[in-house]
Amino acid sequence: MSNAENKPFFDAAREGKLLIGRCQACNEVHYYPRAVCPFCASDRTEWVAAKGRGRIYSYSVMRRVPKPFAIAYVTLDEGVTMLTNLVDCDFERVSIGDPVRVVFKPAENGDPMPMFTPA
Amino acid sequence: MSLKRSACIAGAFEHPTRKAPDKSVAQLHAEVMNGALADAGLSKGDVDGYFCAGDAPGLGALSMLDYLGLKVRHVDSTETGGSSYLVHVAHAAAAIAAGRCDVALITLAGRPRSEGSSGTQPRNYGASAPDAAFEQPYGPATVNMYAMCAMRHMHEFGTTGEQLAWIKVAASHHAQHNPNAMLPEVVSVQEVLDSPVIADPLHRLDCCVVSDGGGALVVTRPEIARDLKRPVVNVLGTGEAVKGQAGGKVDLTYSATAWSGKAAFAEAGVKPADIQYVSIYDSFTITVLIQLEDLGFCAKGAGGRFVADGNLIAGSGRLPFNTDGGGLCNNHPGNRGGMTKVIEAVRQLRGEAHPAVQVRNCGLALANGTGGHLASRHGCATLILERA
Repeated sequence: MSNAENKPFFDAAREGKLLIGRCQACNEVHYYPRAVCPFCASDRTEWVAAKGRGRIYSYSVMRRVPKPFAIAYVTLDEGVTMLTNLVDCDFERVSIGDPVRVVFKPAENGDPMPMFTPA
Repeated sequence: MSLKRSACIAGAFEHPTRKAPDKSVAQLHAEVMNGALADAGLSKGDVDGYFCAGDAPGLGALSMLDYLGLKVRHVDSTETGGSSYLVHVAHAAAAIAAGRCDVALITLAGRPRSEGSSGTQPRNYGASAPDAAFEQPYGPATVNMYAMCAMRHMHEFGTTGEQLAWIKVAASHHAQHNPNAMLPEVVSVQEVLDSPVIADPLHRLDCCVVSDGGGALVVTRPEIARDLKRPVVNVLGTGEAVKGQAGGKVDLTYSATAWSGKAAFAEAGVKPADIQYVSIYDSFTITVLIQLEDLGFCAKGAGGRFVADGNLIAGSGRLPFNTDGGGLCNNHPGNRGGMTKVIEAVRQLRGEAHPAVQVRNCGLALANGTGGHLASRHGCATLILERA
C-alpha cells in the first residue's frame, strides 16, 4: 500500500523512527504525512522525526475477534493525532489521557509500524 | 440559489426483504425503482434524472442505467457513504431548479447479509486511498472506529452506557409495530448493557443490524407533484458536509452534521424546536447522540441526558425518532442507512407511519445521514422536509 509519496515513512519505521510531515511555508506539522501541505497547499513539505511520546486521545478494544486488539488515536507531543494500536499493556488498565511511547511492531503484513505502549 | 420548496419527494419505497439470497443487487435496484414509481403514480418513461451511489453495481451510474433501461438527461453518482441518498435528494432538487431534469429517481440496494458482511471486519476502500497505508495495518473496522467516538464522548462529557442504551430502547419500542423489522422485540436498558461488548464501550445492542434490501425515492418539481395523487412533501432545507482528520487535528466530539445541519436550517428558515419528527442515521447508538447534538436539539455534551428516559419514543418522548425501528431494529440495506431515513420521514409527513408511532399533524420533519467512519473520514447530509 506504500507508494512513491509515502515510502520514506515506512523505510524509517523499519529503522525504528516515526516520521511526521512539516510544512516549511506555514510551519505546521501534519499527519498522515503528505507531499502537499493539507493546511496551506505548499509543496515545501519535509519529513521530521517525532520524539515518539504522546497521550491517548481515544481507544477501543475489539473484543469479538479471535485475538482482541486495541485501536487508538494518540496525540503526539508535536501536536498531531495519529491512528495506531496500543500494545504490550493490560487493556483493562489503560485510560484516555495516559502517557504513551512509540514501539515498532510488525503489522498484519509483517512490516514494522509505529504502535504505542504506556510510558 | 436557495433550494427551498424547489422540489418535492413524490415517491418513496422501502424494499420489504431483509434477506435476499436468490436475488442480484441490480435486481433489487430494479424492484425498488418500480416500487417508488408506483408509489408516486409515475412510470419509467417519466424519469429523466438518475442518482445512485458508488456502491451500485458497475461503473458509476452507467451499468445501472443500462440495466434499468433508463434514458435520462441528468446523472449523478455522488458517493458519501450511507449519507449519499440525502445528498442525492439535495442534488436532485438543485438539478430540477436548474431545469436539468423533471423527475429524478434515486435507488439503493445491497446484500451484505447474504454476502456475510459484518461491522467487525476491516473496511477497506482500496489500497490507493491515501490514508490506507497509514491506517489499514491497525485494524480499523466499522465498530471500533465508532466506538472511539463513544469513548471520547464519555471521557469529555460523562456520557454513560445507560444513556446510549436508551437510544436502542426507543428504536425497539417503534420496531414492535413494524412487521418487516428484523428485531421487533422491545428491549430494556439492562438488556442492552447485558449484551456482549463488541468494541469498548459498544455492546452488541448498540450496533445496527446487517440486512439485505434497498429503497428508492422519486424527486420532482412542485407542479408535477401537485398533479399526482399523493400528499406533497416539500424539500425545505438541505445541507451536505465532509469531515476528516484535519491533517492530524482530530476531534471526535462532533461530526460534519454540525455544518450540514446549520446549512439546512438556514435554508429552511426553521429551528430545531420547530421539528416534529427526526430520522437520524443509527449505525450505532453513539452516532445518533452526536448527530442530535450537532443538529442543535441539545447542547454539545448534553446528548446523554437528552436521549435518556425514553425521550426519543413516539407518543411520550420530546423528540420522536426513527419510528420504523431504524437501523438498530428494522433494517440497514447495503450497510447504508440514509435512504430509509428519508423514507420514514416521508411516511410521517404523509401521515402513513404505523398508527402507534404516527406523530400527530406531522408537518415538519428532519432526516440526517452519516457515511464512512465518524472517527476518520465521513460525509453528513441533512434534509428538512415539510408537508405542503
